[in-house]
Amino acid sequence: MASFSQFGNDLYTGKRSIDFIGRRRTWFIISAVAVLLSLAVPFLRGGFTFGIEFTGGSEFRVSNLESVDQEPAIDAVASVAPEIAPRVSSVGTNSIRVQTDQLADEESNEVREALAEAYGVPVDEVTESFIGPSWGADITRQALTGLLIFLVLVGLFMAVYFRTWKMSVAAMVALLHDLVITAGVYGIVGFEVTPAAVIGFLTILGYSLYDTVVVFDKIRENTSGSEATSGRTFRESVNLAVNQTLVRSINTSVVAILPVGAILFIGAFLLGAGTLRDIALALFIGIIVGTYSTIFVAAPLYTVLREREPEIAKESKRTLELRAKGVSA
Amino acid sequence: MARNPSPVRKAWRSLAILGGLIALLAGLNTLGAVAFNGSWTPKLALDLEGGTQLTLAPIVEGGAEVSQDQLDQAVAIIRQRIDASGVSESEITTQGGRNIVVSIPGQPDEQTLARIQASARLEFRPVLLAGIPSADSIETPTPTPTPGATDAPADSSTGSPAPESTDGATPAPEPTESGAPTPAPTPTDASDLAQVTPELQAAYDAFECGSIDSTVPAPEDEPLLTCESDGTVKYLLGPVEVTGADVADASSSIATTQQGASTGTWQVAIDFDDEGTAAFGDVTTRLTALPSPQNQFGIVLDKRVISAPVSRVVILDGNASITGNFTQETAKTLADQLKFGALPLSFETQSQDRISATLGSDQLRSGLIAGLIGLILVVIYSLIQYRGLGFVTVASLLVAAGLTYLVITLLSWRQGYRLSLAGIAGLIVAIGITADSFIVYFERIRDELRDGRGLSGAVETGWKRAWRTILASDAVNLGAAVILFLLAVGNVQGFALTLGLTTLIDIAVVALFTHPMLQLLSRTRFFSEGHKLSGLDPKALGAVYRGRAQFKAPVAEAKSRVGATREAARRQTIAERKAAGSTLTVEAPNGIPPEVDETPTPRKGI
Repeated sequence: MASFSQFGNDLYTGKRSIDFIGRRRTWFIISAVAVLLSLAVPFLRGGFTFGIEFTGGSEFRVSNLESVDQEPAIDAVASVAPEIAPRVSSVGTNSIRVQTDQLADEESNEVREALAEAYGVPVDEVTESFIGPSWGADITRQALTGLLIFLVLVGLFMAVYFRTWKMSVAAMVALLHDLVITAGVYGIVGFEVTPAAVIGFLTILGYSLYDTVVVFDKIRENTSGSEATSGRTFRESVNLAVNQTLVRSINTSVVAILPVGAILFIGAFLLGAGTLRDIALALFIGIIVGTYSTIFVAAPLYTVLREREPEIAKESKRTLELRAKGVSA
Repeated sequence: MARNPSPVRKAWRSLAILGGLIALLAGLNTLGAVAFNGSWTPKLALDLEGGTQLTLAPIVEGGAEVSQDQLDQAVAIIRQRIDASGVSESEITTQGGRNIVVSIPGQPDEQTLARIQASARLEFRPVLLAGIPSADSIETPTPTPTPGATDAPADSSTGSPAPESTDGATPAPEPTESGAPTPAPTPTDASDLAQVTPELQAAYDAFECGSIDSTVPAPEDEPLLTCESDGTVKYLLGPVEVTGADVADASSSIATTQQGASTGTWQVAIDFDDEGTAAFGDVTTRLTALPSPQNQFGIVLDKRVISAPVSRVVILDGNASITGNFTQETAKTLADQLKFGALPLSFETQSQDRISATLGSDQLRSGLIAGLIGLILVVIYSLIQYRGLGFVTVASLLVAAGLTYLVITLLSWRQGYRLSLAGIAGLIVAIGITADSFIVYFERIRDELRDGRGLSGAVETGWKRAWRTILASDAVNLGAAVILFLLAVGNVQGFALTLGLTTLIDIAVVALFTHPMLQLLSRTRFFSEGHKLSGLDPKALGAVYRGRAQFKAPVAEAKSRVGATREAARRQTIAERKAAGSTLTVEAPNGIPPEVDETPTPRKGI
């Protein structure tokens, strides 16, 4: 691993430098394409599919059972509609409750028969009813209000802390980028949007901003001195900061992704649909995109916003002139 | 902070604080588990543990069909009632377009059940008798229907007895079965004291606030024995004169004088609909002329009096306002109660069953196994990346995990918090965010070492900078947590609690454990001599390669004591150092050549 710490050293001293800021056009195009795909593909697929918690669905009740084993119910639903992940629980001591997405009449009749057969009871003992959403519009509304207030406050906080609103803008754009792409991938994969996924998205929101603040703090530090003394243009200072925090960004995202990856792997491949898979997928994508966007979107965008300021443009010009003289002398 | 204590003493002090904190939490948990029937482990949520499922059928006044609107409103009311008992992530759905299914984790106690099923019936009844309940009933105030429901304004708060208690309200005779229907001979109006039969008087005298059973709706056309919702005043109220259905709207605001100047006190405004306006006009016309306490009317929600204002003026336009000792909060609570209580619904429990966990136990087990695998991978990775320091990471994560466990157990005991699978996933993700603080810190130390600083100096300066970054980034997370917790409901609230908790624990662990550990370790030979396996080998970090900085480091450290200016000074020192570095190595500038012609004219392009 000596090579990795050597890599870190070189990044720190500037001996090795990856030009994140200079090639921003490339990154912006990549991001734009990714965002467009994330919007278009789920849309072409017919929009997001929302889970039973949002849309409501069908509920079957199998009564007068001797055993309330849950396996037969899961198998029975799978035999009729394999793409549905039913929520099965025992109710009391002698009945089973099976909740599924809203089924067509024909399908729901088949499910009733399959359930009756699986438990060896007459079809009469299986009742079906429609259940409404447990995550209603009012919960969504309140969560959105909370988010909106949070974003405004965070924008203000960052503007005050970093003493420039441009960092807030860059961070918010990166955040939006992360959310759109994470949701897009989720939609492309075709997983159902469940409350677990929504909570995954909320976590990503926190992670994305968090990651951006850490890197921006280094940028703030590198660009707060006068350019004349540092001998670097504004753009170079930003680029150096991103390079200096690159090892941190890599280490942090690896450490964050390892447990999530483990959950995703176990959740998706061993368990199939369910809370773990939903939340882990949202997080897995979100952490990768969140780390990417800090380096490739937020920092370059911030540079673009600031470089146009006359003062910074002037100083950068002078720094470059001085340097040209120094080299020729 | 004593005069400049040595880092070692500071370190031990921090560790002692952390030890005290852990001991305190562990002690509280022990107390909860042993003395108060708590549990050593956090309680689990509906998805993991199962719970109780109630099927409630809403019953509308007059047997009309329940509209979807009313059903939605009923769900909102029930959710509000359940959330009042803590952060437990209950699930509330409608079934078949007419029933409400409530699933509550674990075995809810009687109080919670009663609160959920209680009818949301709001009534205005005239006061016949009012008095102080007997002493022991004050001690057993039953739960108020809504959180923070406060005392009524007319007779303000605790202790203050109702006006002119049971003053000679001599009941008119006419025997009937006590508490039974068929009241006294057709009273002339709802305030007629003839309704107070001797039986009723006796029942009133013996009445205790604890005996209110809010699950059984009170007949509308009969007198009602009840109490102030905090149990300080008991009342005998006349029949219902205006119902909640007649309330069009209610709001709280700051009262103004007739000239429009603010009086600075809070008031609650009620708007009645046409029917309510007429009925309320009649009530105030009659009550305003009566002696106390008959000039009061009780506003009854779920069989408890939430407010018993005195009628001072006749209100004929349907716009009443209640003033009194309100704070902003109590005024808002009352306004909400009036508004929500306006729903003329009661609930009938159709079934109550235990339900098993919705997620199989294999989900929980897999989740925990996945978490464990993830944790082991994190340990391996940090040992490879940070060698000896990796052990500090692992130890810090363990401390964080321990603290999290203690706090969650405590919260589940005191606040009804329950851990769902999503919550567990959130905690596993928190590993990443917590570990990031250590990574930021370690990288800062390495940066300082690269600048040629000695290890103890690098730990101190690296810490100051890392701390700032950690605080700023954690502030963002904490902000998210607090705002979502305050504004959101249900699952989102549970998530917010987990996020806020792990963020706070992150800050505590990095400040009270990781940093002190490094302060101490930096004094051991293994680390200070930069052993290859310590993860802080200056050679591997290229410090010798930049040897010229070594003689500068002490200067920087001396400057760093100057206090207020030290941050700026230090930054400048480093900037200067960097300047020196880049002029020395000017042949290898950091990849600027391609932009040289672009930068001077930044405005091109747009």
